[in-house]
Order: sequence, then C-alpha cells, then structure tokens
Amino acid sequence: METPLFTYPFSIGLMFIVSFLLVVTCIWLAALSKSDRKLILKKIPGPASLKAIGETFMEALLHRKIFRKNPVLGYMHTSLAFGWFLLIVVGHLEAAVHYHTFSFPLWKSIFFRYAEPAPATGFAGHFFATSMDFLLLLILSGVGLAYYKRFNSRAFGMKKTTQLKVGDRIALTALWLIFPLRLIAEGVSAGLHRNGSFLTQPTGNLLAAILPLPLLEKPVWWAYSCALGVFFVAMPVSRYMHIPVEVLLIFLRRYGVRSQKHVNGYTRVQVFSCSRCGICLDSCQMNHANIRNTQSVYVLKQIRGRRLSDEQLFNCLLCGRCQKDCPVGIDLNDIRITQRIESTAEYNSTYDYLKNGPSPQADVVYFAGCMTHLTPSIKKSMQKLLNYAQVNYWFMDEHKAPCCGRPLIQAGQLEAAQKLIANNRDKIMQSGARTLVVSCPICYKVFSEDYKLPNVRVMHHAEYLLELVNQGLLPVHNSPKRVVYHDPCELGRGSGIYDQPRQLLGQYVELITMKHEKEDAFCCGGSLSNIKISMQERDRIRDHVLEEFQQYRPDQVVTACPLCKKTFTKGTEVEVRDLAEIVWESVSQQIIAAQPPVKQLEPEEVPS
Amino acid sequence: MNAFGFKLIEPRSIDFDQFDGRLLNEILEKEPSFKICLSCGGCTATCNAGTLIDFNIRKMNLLLRRGEITGLAREIDKCMLCGKCMLVCPRGINIRNVIMLLKKGLVQYRNENI
Ligand code: SF4
Ligand code: SF4
Ligand code: SF4
Ligand code: SF4
Repeated sequence: METPLFTYPFSIGLMFIVSFLLVVTCIWLAALSKSDRKLILKKIPGPASLKAIGETFMEALLHRKIFRKNPVLGYMHTSLAFGWFLLIVVGHLEAAVHYHTFSFPLWKSIFFRYAEPAPATGFAGHFFATSMDFLLLLILSGVGLAYYKRFNSRAFGMKKTTQLKVGDRIALTALWLIFPLRLIAEGVSAGLHRNGSFLTQPTGNLLAAILPLPLLEKPVWWAYSCALGVFFVAMPVSRYMHIPVEVLLIFLRRYGVRSQKHVNGYTRVQVFSCSRCGICLDSCQMNHANIRNTQSVYVLKQIRGRRLSDEQLFNCLLCGRCQKDCPVGIDLNDIRITQRIESTAEYNSTYDYLKNGPSPQADVVYFAGCMTHLTPSIKKSMQKLLNYAQVNYWFMDEHKAPCCGRPLIQAGQLEAAQKLIANNRDKIMQSGARTLVVSCPICYKVFSEDYKLPNVRVMHHAEYLLELVNQGLLPVHNSPKRVVYHDPCELGRGSGIYDQPRQLLGQYVELITMKHEKEDAFCCGGSLSNIKISMQERDRIRDHVLEEFQQYRPDQVVTACPLCKKTFTKGTEVEVRDLAEIVWESVSQQIIAAQPPVKQLEPEEVPS
Repeated sequence: MNAFGFKLIEPRSIDFDQFDGRLLNEILEKEPSFKICLSCGGCTATCNAGTLIDFNIRKMNLLLRRGEITGLAREIDKCMLCGKCMLVCPRGINIRNVIMLLKKGLVQYRNENI
C-alpha cells in the first residue's frame, strides 16, 4: 500500500517537534556551565542514567507524586500520559508481530486499523486488538476527566485552575480531539471491515447504522492525523512542552546539575518543565490576602513569555510551600531569587563604609540579628541563659553590626549581600570561636549556606539550647501548659530543622500536633522576602494562620523566630513566646526555688 | 564660629526650579502607603545602617518628597534592606519597597540622562 496522503499532517508534525526538541536541548545544554557539562558526560554511563529512567517512568508517566497529593488528578495525568505511552508501544508491537519485522513505515503502526483492514486473527491478533481498545478506553476516561476538570476544578480538591493562552488553547483542543477522533476513525474502519474489538466494533456498528461510512472513512482518518499534527506543532508554544522537557529535567537532576544563582540552561529546562498542574496555586497563602496573580505557576509562565513584572516577581513570601508540593520538583524559590538577582543587577551597594575592628576572643559567637533586636526579650533570655551556663561568648551585634545579608539576597541584591557577608565573616573568624549561635532563622540560613565558615558550627539557638540542656547545664522545670509550635519557614522548609525545637520544647510543655506543621507549616505572613505586600495583606495571611492555632486552644504559641513572634503577637490575645524565653522562664524558676526562703520573723523577735 | 561651639548651618530653601517629582510620583503610584508618612522618625531611630554610619532614612523620604534627587543614590546605597524600619513604622509603610523603587528609578534616570 502506498503511503496515504492523510498521514502527512502527522508525519510533518512529528518531524517538526522532534527537530525542534533536538535544537532546544542543544541550546539549553550549551547554556550550562562547563563543569555541569563535564559532570553530565561523566555520569551518563553510570547508574544515574538507570535511576533517571526509573524516575521518568514513575513521575513523568505514572505521576506518583500527583497521585499522592490528589488521586483523581493523578489518575487523569496517568491515564493520559501512561495510557498514551502504552498505546504507542503496544501499537508498535502489534504491527511488528503482524509484519514479522520491526522495520515498517511508522504510519503503519499509528494508523494500523486503516493500513490492515483484515479482522484480527489468532490469539496474538485478538490479544493486541483487545489491549489497544482497552488502552484507548483508559485514555478516553482521562480525557473525560480533563473536560470535567476544566469546568469544575473543585471536584479535584483544587480550588483554582490555571488560565489559558492561545497556544495552550490550540494544543489543548487538539489533545482533547485526538482520542475521540481515534475512536471514531477506528470505529468507522471497524464498521466497514469488521476489524474492531470490544470498544471500536460496537462504535462502528452504531455509526454504520446511521451514517454512510464508505464516504466517511478518509475524512475521519484525515481529522485524526490533523489533530496529531496540530498538537505537535502547537506543543512548543503550549504547556505540553513539559512532557518532553520534564524527562530532560529528571536526567539533568540525576546527573547532579543544580540551580545556580544566575539564569542558565538548567533554569530554562525547569521553567519549561512546569505542567501548569496548578497544585502550587492551592499551596500559596497569598490567596488568603486575595493576591492571585503572583503564584509560581504564573511567574514561570511569565518567565517563559519574557513578560515578568517586578510587581509579580517580588510579591511572594518565598515561604517554599509551593516548592514542597510541586510534583515536578522545580526549585521554585531558587528560580525566583535568580530572577530577582537579574532584575536588580544594575544597582548593588558597595557598603564601603564598613570597617573591621579587632574581634574579642571567645569560644562562642552570639549573633542576635536585626529582627531579634526588635524583640528584646528573646535577646535578653539568650544573654541570661548563656551567662547562666557560663559560656565564654561574644555578643557580636550587641551594639552595632551589619545585617547578616539574607534580606538582601531575598531581594536579589546578591552582590551587595556579599559585602556584608565578607565583613561579618572576617569578624567571626578573627574571634577564634568554634560555634556561632544565632537567634533568627533568616540569619541561620545565610550563615550556614553562604558564609563558608571553616571549622565553625553554625547553630540556631534551638539546637544550641538543646545541647546545653542535654549536657545538664540548664535545669528543666516542666509546666502543664499546652502549646503549639510554629515552624518558621527559613528554619523548617528552608533549613530542614524540625525535630530539635520539638525535642527541646517537649521537655518543658505539652506539645500539640497540628494539621499544618513541619513541611506543611504555614508562613506567619511577616516574611521579609515579600517586598510588595502591604501590612494589611500581611495581617490577613497572619490571621488565617492564627485561626488554625485557635482550633487547638493552646495556652501559648511558641516559635523560634523573632519575626514570626513579632508578627503573631500583634494579632492574638494568646501568649506568643520564643523557645529561648521558654527555656529562660524554666531556668529562672529554678533560681527562685534555689534561693533560701525569706525567714518570717516571729512577733516576739520584732525589735521594738 | 565652630570654635565657639556653634554649628554653621547652610541656609536652606526649597528651590522649585530644581523640583523633580517624576520619581516621587512613580513611587507613590506603586507604593501608595508612602503617602501617609508622618515623618515621625521611628524608622531612622531603629535603622541598622544608621548605627554604623551617618544615615537618615526619614531624611531620604523628605528629600524625595521635595524632589531633590541629586545625591539620593549615594545615600540610599547605605541601606541594608534589613526591614527594621518597616516593622517599627506606626503607619505600616512598606519602606523597603520605597527603597527598592527608588534604587531602580534612580538607575533608570541615570541611564536616560546619558
Ligand atoms: S510549578 Fe509545579 S506545582 Fe506549580 S503548576 Fe508548575 S508543575 Fe504544578
Ligand atoms: S513561595 Fe510561598 S508565597 Fe511564594 S508563590 Fe510559593 S507558596 Fe506562594
Ligand atoms: S517610621 Fe513610618 S511614618 Fe515614621 S518617618 Fe518612618 S516611614 Fe514615616
Ligand atoms: S531596611 Fe534599610 S533603612 Fe530600613 S532599618 Fe534596615 S538599613 Fe535602615
């Protein structure tokens, strides 16, 4: 049989998309650093490749993570992706078995029911025909769900669904048409040649009863082929680019490529991997303040279209909740910070007024941080605790010191931040201390990640106080209070410290478990990373969090961040405490108890 | 005069010919909360950069309002974006956004004037 004309739209579309993908992949790989490329070349022959294949299977085809988050949504993605994948593979096998060879023109496997009108024979023939119909049914159920989701996303446990652009609309329409058209085309052929199975044959019989099938056979196959062709051609300008690019992302990640502090090929790959599933929309607390256009999915979309505005870019708490939920595993925080670095690259302060005096020698350096200076009781508790435990420490920013630099990094002013970092680092290194204790998770993050302090342990006071308590240096008095612990973003999701604060707190009070805690904890709303949000909007985000706390009727809200404390205090009657304060309260009780009781004078002893 | 314990203060007057309100208007439009600054000075009192060098964020705001934008760039560079000012401001003004907008705006004007 000659190649039928109707297969051309499909073939041209396929050739287009394959060459397009090859070209962009080369461009992206070329935009990686040399060391990244070397790393990839070195790792390709190793086990990383196998793991990447496994991950592609689990995530890009089976969508395990989406399943875990939301089974119905997961089924929709899986039936489409995995079903289609199997349809291609099984279809190919069917043709290979039929022709007794693997070298046949591709169109013969895609349009098999047209190419081979004879009814299936033998066990293999029936097996394949049934499987193909089953797979088609599976995909059609996914498409049906997709239709339903577009019009009613709440049924999927999602409050929001993403908005569409022209390219998306075309690709989406094509995608939605591909499988129903395949069913009709195969049905028509089955009606004419009786070569269908349990799904296509009844469809064919039905169609044969009402329509003049011989006239229709060519047109419906044309329509099917055109839908495929249009889908392939529209893919680069639609969200469906994520299908091939996600595979590339999985491989690069397995080879050890990581986000950098500037835009490179890996950033582009991540941006194009977003499937616009919209899961990040529901994670984002900006919704509580009615801010609905700055979430990660929109920012990625704007980066793709090179239309990102500062108003969108900087209106984000960098809380990391979306990143934790993203099924593709895109480094959403890093991407946003990189974009901020690009957006503010033209101005970076030099801070040439900073001076470096000699530092006093000490075993421990204590850095309270700007935010802690606004919550003096945390600072004072720490000072008293360090004195009580007789630690030889130097309070580095007691009177004056530059900021740690993290707020600058969050705002994209990386170069400027480096100046503060260099100044502070010199002072810490000069002091000869082996431990740096900080009270603020914002400082903790930058000290532990960007400072490069050889042989210095960077500890948040939650970790350090736990250590002192475990060494028996701080007496423990427990109280019957029931408290909730709020995980600060930079300490929890940002630095992975969830257990130490809980271990410490558990020694003093009764800890209530909450629905949203640890990785799922809310942001207090005070985050310095958001440059654009107004105070009123922050308050709304905060109140929403406080509402959840209230449900557990705690005696106290405890946190480990001065900024969280300050934010919550303004919005609730419930006591808000920092860990350091709890520990100090307990120690001070011990001090009172240890003092000899004041002797009551008997009346006759009263000197007259 | 200085030797006698008096400080010489330059005569001050606002020169409306020098008034350049473009930046101010742009900032007010993008950060409307800035309109309600009452010049209380709380921001300056808490300022982190102010403890290390002569730097007065409230005065920055004042100069901006007067349209005197020469010299602002060098001054505003002293800020470390630590956010203390924003947290103490009784009016809840998003001062860091004002600072970021100012920085960006100044660069834009510099580029345009070249
Ligand atoms: S960023 Fe992640 S979670 Fe958000 S839409 Fe894209 S893939 Fe989904
Ligand atoms: S980091 Fe937080 S505030 Fe920003 S988009 Fe993600 S969930 Fe929303
Ligand atoms: S603290 Fe607020 S109101 Fe007071 S001068 Fe500063 S910006 Fe203006
Ligand atoms: S953000 Fe800048 S102006 Fe405000 S307190 Fe910090 S250093 Fe001062």
